[in-house]
Amino acid sequence: MKLKLIFIVFFALVSCKKETKNTTETKTKEAVTETKTSEALEIYDFNGLEKFLNFKDDKTYVVNFWATWCAPCVKELPYFEQLNEAYNDKNVEVLLVSLDFPHQYDTKLKPFIKEHKLKSKVLVLDDADMNTWIPKVDENWSGSIPATVIYNKNKKLFFEQSFSFEELENELKPFLN
Amino acid sequence: MKNSIKLILAVCVVGLISAFTLKPTAEYAGYNVGDIVEDFKLKNIDGKMVSLSDYEDELGVIVTFTCNTCPYAVAYEDRIIALDKKYADKGYPVVAIMPNDTSVKPDDDLASMKKRAEEKGFTFPYLIDAKQDVFPKFGATKTPHVFVLDRTESGFVVSYIGAIDNNYKDASAVTTKYVENAVDALIAGIPIKETETKAIGCSIKVAN
Repeated sequence: MKLKLIFIVFFALVSCKKETKNTTETKTKEAVTETKTSEALEIYDFNGLEKFLNFKDDKTYVVNFWATWCAPCVKELPYFEQLNEAYNDKNVEVLLVSLDFPHQYDTKLKPFIKEHKLKSKVLVLDDADMNTWIPKVDENWSGSIPATVIYNKNKKLFFEQSFSFEELENELKPFLN
Repeated sequence: MKNSIKLILAVCVVGLISAFTLKPTAEYAGYNVGDIVEDFKLKNIDGKMVSLSDYEDELGVIVTFTCNTCPYAVAYEDRIIALDKKYADKGYPVVAIMPNDTSVKPDDDLASMKKRAEEKGFTFPYLIDAKQDVFPKFGATKTPHVFVLDRTESGFVVSYIGAIDNNYKDASAVTTKYVENAVDALIAGIPIKETETKAIGCSIKVAN
């Protein structure tokens, strides 16, 4: 219900933007931009998310499954951010897949992303049929988070564990040769 | 002197090697479907000890690793209660076990467990794996994580491992009730169709 309302407000604002495009009402425009950035969650079911786990380009992807309520996930998140920053120019991309509950997108997830100024791409997985998609991420995944996949077009490793920055870097390096 | 340096080096090398070999291949040991479960004895929220062997008059037990602090576990509380209500009389009661280290998760300590059980009206024991030596034997990795045990002549046999059903968010949107299907099959004496499923959960917390 809440989400619906937000969508309606969002679309109302977007359509406002169209209408005011030719006017010089900057105040409205500012409001629109602000709404846009905070509304920009990319939400997928597993079918939608699957492509992010199977890119065949030249990049190496570090895909971390996390949630704002998962303490060990939040603890290791800065290391993923650090990795993304340090290896960005080496063809590495970190993807943070949030498993937060839909009713907490506005109350928890969005404020968290904003507060921690997350630079890595955040994707949101909303797919309740876990037994179908967990083995598709990796057949060894028992389903607990944090969990991380490192892959490129040649190989893939899966980890159901927490990381330090050094550990993460050590696992990433062999992918870059 | 030389020798001691050598020794230190050797220790370092062994340490390094094990650090790299042990970590990535975190294969989950623990019971598989068909294994016989060892007896355990854990403290209940009422202070009394509860053993698996206390259930020898039952047909089986629905062992559920759960806790107060994991949102997925909380999302399933009502459904765990419903399982006990439905199956305790049919010979398959629920036994809940809280596996987390309480120094990592203080809100999972025995007093908090007792409070939560009273609030929710748990109809089953809520045990604490205080030494954290029971959940590894099961190979439980997260909360919630269910093991349906069937009593046979040779002991309690693991018959099902995994999720309660196929929708953690919305009980009314569930289309497959894995645990119910498993217990129903045991009661009917027919093979369980899905003996293992995967579910998202919070990793079981151990002290660093």
